[in-house]
Amino acid sequence: MSNKPITLAEKLWRDHLVVKGENGAPDLIYIDLHLIHEVTSPQAFDGLRLAGRELRRKDLTIATEDHNTPTQDIHLPIADLTSRTQVQALRDNTAEFGVRIHSLGDKNQGIVHVVGPQLGLTMPGLTIVCGDSHTSTHGAFGSLGIGIGTSEVEHVMATQTLPLAPFKTMAINVEGTLRPGVSAKDIILAVIAKITASGGQGYVLEYRGSAIRSLSMEGRMTICNMSIEAGARAGMVAPDQITFDYLEGRPHAPTGADWEAAVQYWKTLQTDEGAVFDAEIFIDADNLDPFVTWGTNPGQGVSLMDSVPDPSSISDSSERAAAERALEYMDLRPGTKMKDIPVNTVFLGSCTNARIEDLRAAAAVVKGRKKADGVRMMVVPGSAMVRLQAEAEGLDKVFKDFGAEWRFAGCSMCLGMNPDQLGVGERAASTSNRNFEGRQGKGARTHLVSPVVAAATAVRGTLSAPSDLEA
Amino acid sequence: MEKISVFEGVAAPLKRSSVDTDQIIPAVYLKRITKTGFEDGLFAHWRAQEPDFVLNQKVFQNAEILVTGPDFGTGSSREHAVWALRDFGFKAVFSPKFADIFRGNSGKQGLIAGVISESDMEAIWAAIDANPGIQAKVDLPAQLVTIGELSVSFEIDEYTKWRLTEGLDDIGITLQNEAAIAAFEAKREAWRPKTLPAKGV
Repeated sequence: MSNKPITLAEKLWRDHLVVKGENGAPDLIYIDLHLIHEVTSPQAFDGLRLAGRELRRKDLTIATEDHNTPTQDIHLPIADLTSRTQVQALRDNTAEFGVRIHSLGDKNQGIVHVVGPQLGLTMPGLTIVCGDSHTSTHGAFGSLGIGIGTSEVEHVMATQTLPLAPFKTMAINVEGTLRPGVSAKDIILAVIAKITASGGQGYVLEYRGSAIRSLSMEGRMTICNMSIEAGARAGMVAPDQITFDYLEGRPHAPTGADWEAAVQYWKTLQTDEGAVFDAEIFIDADNLDPFVTWGTNPGQGVSLMDSVPDPSSISDSSERAAAERALEYMDLRPGTKMKDIPVNTVFLGSCTNARIEDLRAAAAVVKGRKKADGVRMMVVPGSAMVRLQAEAEGLDKVFKDFGAEWRFAGCSMCLGMNPDQLGVGERAASTSNRNFEGRQGKGARTHLVSPVVAAATAVRGTLSAPSDLEA
Repeated sequence: MEKISVFEGVAAPLKRSSVDTDQIIPAVYLKRITKTGFEDGLFAHWRAQEPDFVLNQKVFQNAEILVTGPDFGTGSSREHAVWALRDFGFKAVFSPKFADIFRGNSGKQGLIAGVISESDMEAIWAAIDANPGIQAKVDLPAQLVTIGELSVSFEIDEYTKWRLTEGLDDIGITLQNEAAIAAFEAKREAWRPKTLPAKGV
């Protein structure tokens, strides 16, 4: 074996290589864990049936229902017929092919990227795929999490492998100490603003540096989750004691000698001293402000202390045109202070920011306060387990006393495939991951924010930081 | 999959950059469980809200070739974006830059995602503006788009090009490596997780 220093991503690649591609063919990579949900799987199951193929490794596959599921009255049949049909198709398909499923009402149901880690199925050193671009979330554990399309879902079902072209590597160095009120979400929004929404194309990102090392697993998941918003195929953080402590004792975490063997291997999952990344950027955590988006792609973000930028100051012509179009859609004028922008709705949820730590942080801000008049706040836990834990801690009561709606788990208003949608022209501060045109509802306007900014915004009615609130 | 070689069709210009897959097909259209019939979802918001939107113009209603600005297909991994383009009648999309997942999905479904330079994109747009409804010829083996007097080359990775010109199914190719997959599986460590039997339920 060569002693050339290599990066974390390259180690994962090396350890999953089934067949090395020759003459321009991609490498064949083994997949350790396949996560499935109702939206991107029905046509893949159909493909298997048509070809008379088996699902090769049902013991490496797990399904949950999240995109279509309602977040209230979950004991009733799903009202929307097409949503109900799609969820039923997942239930029928998983039964036919022998795949484990966590359905609405089950305590392990929830957003697929919240469920995997909480069950202890997501762990360092794995290749994890899902027909969902936010599979990058799982990279927080030092695994390679890749979002795939439905043809690839079928490919993994049939072969437990994927033909993949090698990626380039980019180091995202975040050094320093975050100030109070600044969180993982602000780091990743600042990263995407810096490298743009397509700056990560062709790369696996590795988040490094003291600010990353001091983050909890929840914070690391928030950051890796949005790697795709920079166009990257994956984002990773090398595992450390924080990772091992999070995993130990979870239902599917290894035990006994297996745990010892695993930790021994996991400790080798670091980028070697002297390894060279194809690209490298630096972010100063000490001086980072809360970040918010003003436009219609996640790279169009600024400090919350700043103003809406003037497109005429952008030199690249297609970026300038995109900014002009974004401001028109968002109904914003250059120079408007971000903190002067009023919202109708605050959404605390999604695979980016609906874990227990996110709910705790937001609850701490709203506790003992009253919601601004005319603002609606929805709190949607990332999974049924997160909801139960939050209720055990009394967070549901904090949110309800504040005037927020306390909902059941799912993707909800992040993409509005269920009834949770914004109306035409409505404006939201949202802890989700995409501010695309129409993403949260036809004609709806989205500002991406952190959980504490979402909470402070619900108090004041305009985009706000916790430090803007009276003591 | 059908073999792709040379074909002609109407070329339509989409003069926008950063077209994410939520714009190509909004989430509400993803609830279907079939793999065809997604044409009504293609650019649904833009077609509904903008009377002048390119695909609302009569000359482009049968377009088969789309020439778009950079960063096409960003965001969600939904393959429905490719199905919607295909079901509308598109056989090829050309852009200076594609998002990775979209480009991969295209290759699996027989939609050419060809990379052209920004200046060639501008030149093709100008050629279409001068003669709306003009036919373009796409030559996959030669990696050329010809429109009137203009002929530009496009990039596509060699492996995808080979699969498209031969009409090969990816899964079939992979299954030829069955012995290597089985050998890899035999060596996997015991600590790697299994979803069955279910724990924590």
